[in-house]
Amino acid sequence: MGLSASDLWNIVVMQGFAGLSLFSVLLLMGLGLAIIFGQMGVINMAHGEFMTVGAYTIFMLSSLTETYAPSLMPYYFLVAIAVAFVLAFAAGWLAEWALIRHLYRRPLDTLLATWGLSLGMQQIFRSTFGAKEVSPTLPEWLLGSWSPTEGLDIPINGMFVMGLTLLVTGGVFLMLYRSRWGLRVRATVSNRGMANAIGINTRNTDRMTFAIGCGIAGVAGAAFTTIGSTGPTSGSLYIVDAFLVVTFGGAASLLGTVASAFGIAQTQSITEFFLTGSMAKVLTLLAIITILMIRPQGLFALKMRR
Amino acid sequence: MSNSDYVLAIEDLTVSFDGFKAIDTLNLYVDKGELRVIIGPNGAGKTTLLDLICGKTRASAGSIKFKNAEMTKLAEHEIVRSGIGRKFQTPSIYENLTVFKNLEVSFPRGRGVFGALKFRCTDDVKERIAEVAGEIGLEEQLSMEAGLLSHGQKQWLEIGMLLMQDPELLMLDEPIAGMSVRERELTAELLDRICRNRSMIVIEHDMDFVKKIAHKVTVMHQGKILAEGPMERVQSDPKVIDVYLGH
Amino acid sequence: MDKFRRWIASSDMASIVVLAIVVFAVLPATTDIFRLNLIGKYLTYAFVAVGLVMLWGYGGILSLGQGVFFGLGGYCMAMFLKLEASDPVSTKIQSTPGIPDFMDWNQLTALPFWWEPFRHLPVALIGMLVVPMVLAAVIGFAMFKRRVGGVYFAIITQAVAMIITVLIIGQQGYTGGVNGITDLKTMLGWDIRTDSAKYILYFANAILLFVAIFACRAVQRTKLGTLLLAMRDKEDRVRFSGYDVANFKVFVFCLAATLCGVGGAMFTLQVGFMSPSFVGIVPSIEMVIFAAVGGRMSLVGAVYGTLLVNFGKTYFSESFPEMWLFLMAALFIGVVMAFPNGLAGLWESYVKPWLLRERQAVPVPAPEKTPAVAEDPSEAEAASTRPVARSPEHAPASKNRSDGVDPAVA
Repeated sequence: MGLSASDLWNIVVMQGFAGLSLFSVLLLMGLGLAIIFGQMGVINMAHGEFMTVGAYTIFMLSSLTETYAPSLMPYYFLVAIAVAFVLAFAAGWLAEWALIRHLYRRPLDTLLATWGLSLGMQQIFRSTFGAKEVSPTLPEWLLGSWSPTEGLDIPINGMFVMGLTLLVTGGVFLMLYRSRWGLRVRATVSNRGMANAIGINTRNTDRMTFAIGCGIAGVAGAAFTTIGSTGPTSGSLYIVDAFLVVTFGGAASLLGTVASAFGIAQTQSITEFFLTGSMAKVLTLLAIITILMIRPQGLFALKMRR
Repeated sequence: MSNSDYVLAIEDLTVSFDGFKAIDTLNLYVDKGELRVIIGPNGAGKTTLLDLICGKTRASAGSIKFKNAEMTKLAEHEIVRSGIGRKFQTPSIYENLTVFKNLEVSFPRGRGVFGALKFRCTDDVKERIAEVAGEIGLEEQLSMEAGLLSHGQKQWLEIGMLLMQDPELLMLDEPIAGMSVRERELTAELLDRICRNRSMIVIEHDMDFVKKIAHKVTVMHQGKILAEGPMERVQSDPKVIDVYLGH
Repeated sequence: MDKFRRWIASSDMASIVVLAIVVFAVLPATTDIFRLNLIGKYLTYAFVAVGLVMLWGYGGILSLGQGVFFGLGGYCMAMFLKLEASDPVSTKIQSTPGIPDFMDWNQLTALPFWWEPFRHLPVALIGMLVVPMVLAAVIGFAMFKRRVGGVYFAIITQAVAMIITVLIIGQQGYTGGVNGITDLKTMLGWDIRTDSAKYILYFANAILLFVAIFACRAVQRTKLGTLLLAMRDKEDRVRFSGYDVANFKVFVFCLAATLCGVGGAMFTLQVGFMSPSFVGIVPSIEMVIFAAVGGRMSLVGAVYGTLLVNFGKTYFSESFPEMWLFLMAALFIGVVMAFPNGLAGLWESYVKPWLLRERQAVPVPAPEKTPAVAEDPSEAEAASTRPVARSPEHAPASKNRSDGVDPAVA
């Protein structure tokens, strides 16, 4: 192909950065799932739809701001991220109350029920926003790119999303390992009965955990709007990948989730340049399945006495 | 005495979980026809030891020889097929199947996929089921769904399921937990009867029961063997008293 | 009349006979060929649902990738039919005559070597059985030997469905891409598009479906069937009774996959095409709901469930397309939360007691339950259709058996 070494290097860096955007979405999706699945053993097939809730929130707020307060356009995005979290959190809270709490201990059934939930949510999106994909108007400062050297263009939205992801990931770690909620979650995971006995309201803890997981998916949706347009089924595109991220990383390990999201996104993004997109996807998925076969408990699972 | 005289010879067995040694260079020998009881405080590693012997947990080091054959590398079902039966702590039976079916499934024939497809409940199977049901006192309940049995009966059913396999080494993890006094007596008699042509390892906490059934007692503590011998001697061993009372 | 009522209620054979009357007589007599062909299409999905009863209901293994096997069976048949439709005469306007049209559009100039065997019907027929079975065996051995189960298995089968779909769509020169393999016309010169052919195919499909039901029923009645139930509820006990649990799981996975393959091939024949839209994640999960609506433990129920859901789908997407997804959502949620045993469960708990209602008054002809007739179907049925508290064995957390006396002494 006649690529020089520096061309090749630039390609790797740029594909790497493209991979970072994918990494951000996968990680934000995966974090929420990992909390819900790893900590509660619940498979949430509707997780992608909670992400879509976040994405549509951004779209709505962008339209509102554009119509009623155009001068605030540069700032709305930051507020919208918070609103996306809150709305997805509320939706998750509702879903847990109406559905999930009746199905603990029946993981396969939860899987089917949440799939039903995802179908319903998709139809709600379609009825409300139409079947066509929509994109919010992004603030000026998110557009454009940054060229540290010649031939190298790094999009700003990618860096923003990256930063947001790091912030959320850090926040989740802090909450899980430094807050009362985190302590309650970890206690509930390691021994539900005992946690109950010492006065932890495990029902509330579960609901909170589920809602926070969904809230993070909402933030993932906000991040998603900077790199793609939103349709009723946008969330379902990522759900399988997100599940693989969680299982691949080892369900109980947040660190594993980070590492596997990074690995999967980079593998896919870099192979994508050399192969067609579909073959890159196939190879990535095959690699994950093969590794999962060798290490079924995931990359970062603890060795437990059992 | 060479190892081949023992049914079970465990040497230098070690298993560690994240650095914590649940079993630590343990040696244990069980004779043919012996009923060995393992006692010890909580967390001593008793259940882990049974898990290791039957392959549920993999050893980090050491060897487990059953009739002179190494067990540590075999898959669980291979260990069972070589003659080791194991009862779990909580009754582990098929609640939705009848008592008869529970016993039938445990009959050691047709264990492969196609064997199971061809398996017929012939007269010899039925005879064997009747025999075992009589032994465990459940001949009246054969057509009953196993989930409806009392707790004690479930424990007996699981022992019966093991007897169907006619194992040479039978391992029971707390067989009388949750049983009434009368049931305990019946169980002691049952163990006494079924021990006649096989070796047994029993984990138990109830000292009266242990006294009644044990040929020899092994005391475990923190993954190691603290004392071994007849019940009276072990009971008066100051180390054992210290472990039981000093904590 | 009383005897008849009792027979209906207590024998599983009766339910099969009733289903046979519905499928072979009532439906063909009351519907035109267009609708009957549609029902025939639904009945090909019933193969998948019947397989899922064995795999999921009995074995406790939920696969979300059954569409893959359905598709593989369908593609095997479609490749044969396509090659027959692509003779050099009827494709003479192509730049390379004699190869399927989509290959020509994708600038292929020769038939790929792995298409060659599919010129022969026996290859296609064996392929529709063997290809899904082999893939299931490979996945099964890889997963079950490594003790991957429960939700992990579900997720991985889903990923497999995704891989195969992406492959089929991406390699359109070899597979026809997103449109699939279309314009299938004849099988060994017999035009499959005529009304009479559609009738014949409908009945052939129905007969095969009953063969499948009887085969599965036979398996359920062997020790293997009992072992599947036992494994589902107490996997460790089965393992420590000397069974290699993985082999049994592989067997039932292969059985289910093979049934899917037959269904897929019959689909291709009756509908006249095969495309990746029957392979992916969405159709695969929909097929699970067919079995769930019918009752995950009931072979006959699975067929009714398939018919019901698909009638509903056709009716609603024609009349109220907006409503259909909501209804589907309600089906998934309702069947899991309120009716875990589906239609068969409703039959067991409401219709059957009603049919047998005098039994309390006259308790004479109660089926005897002696161990000698432990294979009595009513007993197996009673044991199996009771709401089964799904054991927590599938949950990852429960792997740590609660070891009351052995907490780690840190």
